Amino acid sequence: MGDTMFGDLASVRDGLKDVEYLADDGIASVVFLAEKLGKPVLVEGPAGTGKTELAKSVAAMTDARLIRLQCYEGLDEAKALYEWNYKKQLLRIQADRGSDASNEDWTDLQDDIFNDEFLLTRPLLEAISAEEKVVLLIDEVDRVEVETEALLLEILSDYQVSIPEMGTIEAKQIPIVFLTSNNTRELSEALKRRCLFLHIDYPQLEREKEIVLTKVDGISDNLAEQVARIVRSIRQIELKKSPSVSETLDWARTLVLLGVESIDVEQAKESLHVLLKYQSDIEKTAKELTVEG
Amino acid sequence: MLDLLSGFVVELRNAGLPVSLTENLDAMEAVKHIPIEDRDAFKYALAATLVKNEQHWKAFETVFEVYFSLRGPEYNVLDEEGEIDEDSLEEWMSQQMRGMGGQGSAEDMSPEEIAEMLFRALMNADEAMMAAMARAAVTQFAGMEPGRPVGGTYYLYRTLRNLDLDGMLDRLMEQAQERSEGDMTSLQERLEREEFENRIEDLKREIEAEIRRRLVADRGVEAMAKTLRKPLPEDVDFMHASREEMANIRKAIQPLTRKLAARLARKRKHKRKGPLDFRATVRQSLSYGGVPAEPRFKNPRPNKPELVVVADISGSVAAFARFTLHLVYALQNQFSKVRSFVFIDGLDEVTHMFQNEEDITNAVHRVNTEADVVWVDGHSDYGHAFGVFWENYGSEINSKSTVMFLGDARNNYHATNAWVVKETAKKARSVFWLNPEPKSYWDTGDSVITEYATHADGVFECRNLRQLEGFVDHLA
Repeated sequence: MGDTMFGDLASVRDGLKDVEYLADDGIASVVFLAEKLGKPVLVEGPAGTGKTELAKSVAAMTDARLIRLQCYEGLDEAKALYEWNYKKQLLRIQADRGSDASNEDWTDLQDDIFNDEFLLTRPLLEAISAEEKVVLLIDEVDRVEVETEALLLEILSDYQVSIPEMGTIEAKQIPIVFLTSNNTRELSEALKRRCLFLHIDYPQLEREKEIVLTKVDGISDNLAEQVARIVRSIRQIELKKSPSVSETLDWARTLVLLGVESIDVEQAKESLHVLLKYQSDIEKTAKELTVEG
Repeated sequence: MLDLLSGFVVELRNAGLPVSLTENLDAMEAVKHIPIEDRDAFKYALAATLVKNEQHWKAFETVFEVYFSLRGPEYNVLDEEGEIDEDSLEEWMSQQMRGMGGQGSAEDMSPEEIAEMLFRALMNADEAMMAAMARAAVTQFAGMEPGRPVGGTYYLYRTLRNLDLDGMLDRLMEQAQERSEGDMTSLQERLEREEFENRIEDLKREIEAEIRRRLVADRGVEAMAKTLRKPLPEDVDFMHASREEMANIRKAIQPLTRKLAARLARKRKHKRKGPLDFRATVRQSLSYGGVPAEPRFKNPRPNKPELVVVADISGSVAAFARFTLHLVYALQNQFSKVRSFVFIDGLDEVTHMFQNEEDITNAVHRVNTEADVVWVDGHSDYGHAFGVFWENYGSEINSKSTVMFLGDARNNYHATNAWVVKETAKKARSVFWLNPEPKSYWDTGDSVITEYATHADGVFECRNLRQLEGFVDHLA
């Protein structure tokens, strides 16, 4: 892996910052390593902490094409890797029959219908057969069954896809691969072993404030500080669903739209529904914010 | 470097982390690209290659701190011979002091001075200053002597006791009040307090790290790593879990119950065929000229699992009971129908207490105070409790129910009434027993687990998360 996209660690962090993704030390070093070692990154963490965003930002930073495979229960080879375009194959055979000059024997025809022309590439094959730089995002990998996970192993460790009829297709370039997981189930050891592991948690106060400042237009430093502090405070309450970073941003935008300069309890309570999605959580938080303090 | 790294990996394995050979090789490759001077990046690089489970992060961090605490530019307290270089430490200290006002070195500072400076550092969130004060405080208060065989917690306790951080928090709050001239809203006050609490937590961590650094310097890396070794979250015994460990366990229960729910509901997704559908088969046979070439089957009825949990909450399993109640509460969120019962020598249904309660601590409190579980003397009597269970609720067990008994089956030599379990097993889909005692204790003393076990579909030792997970996996 002689060609290096990134000079050093700092350039990764700055690069991500340029595309409005504020990476902390952990994130930056893992992204840096992923490229250096040519290994996929398994990103884990609570919902809405910027896992998918990270992949998008890395793609934007490196000017690479982002190819995304959304995982779901029931995902199979035909959707993830490749599929033969059997309609086109049938047509080809039919067309052959029509013209009378069909002296070619069967093996010729067979060779003919099992080649690139009749192959429908799906995201994984697409990613490794692409000529240009690619960032491959395999989103919510914990949603596929354990058995389907095995589909990914070949591509993740060797960057190749074996098609029985054609042979092995090897990658023209090593894509940067991100797998995200919400940890709804334990992923298999085989998969974990092949990846670098990155856990993205809710950001620290300062980082969250900076994220709010970069992503929300027209917010004052003071308000951003308050937003970050209140959100941290709310995350300490035991809730069904703690506010995520994206919800923090929504809330900050709402406050800016409402023309709020500094938040008091009443305003906070009235706009809580942006931050929290369960009625019981909202009630509990509203109670906590008034009683204590 | 390679020696250091392999020592590090060995220690990680000793601490219970599953580090494979490939991961080890990855780590070696990774450190080539990241300079050890960039400590944080170095740490994350190792973590990314070696630790694949977020729960293990803490264990990793501890081992990392021990192994690499004395390496890195700002931690140059070791000189060539590996002894603490007091001079350079002093020099560093006084440099820090001069930076902020020019008192003498740490030795000369009175406790009041330290407290005062610490107060200022906390107020202004001055991190360098806080680190310096943590060092000074450890020097002053911990009274560390080389070779003394006491653990780090002892020193930590001594240091913190002298610093009186609770009083510090109050003072910080007063100061903040003054600064804003008394017109702080309650919200602001709350936020301010949390901010200070956070900084004090940072300080505590800093002090702990400082003590660890000195202990490592004193005793050597291997010895220190050994004393700091703690069980991983999934290996913590429920019966002896500390409060902090309990909180961790609680967090880990949630995904596990989701998994359990998925496992029990799974069968409906598998295309297991139901009984022969005669009509459909005849209809299908028309296309084969009346020959029933392709039999059709009814779709199986979707299986809505019902869960019945019967938990012992007596004193002998108190710690386990706390855990089981959390488990029951978590299960209640996952299954459409869960009925929960608790018993000591009497038995009571507590389903309703969990149902409308958002807060688990409230629910547990209600169970402990309101549930009518004492019949005679409040000592476990499985026989009587099961009798009550069968008499009142036995008729409600049906072929959809999965029944889980949770308890150590220590029956105080009462009658066992094992027939209840037998009858339940006949009617229910399956019956499981989770026992929090180590297997070697089963059937010793007044434990009568085998009498119940013969009738259950499975009895599982369930002392830690790993075993609970094993049980859940077994269901598949």
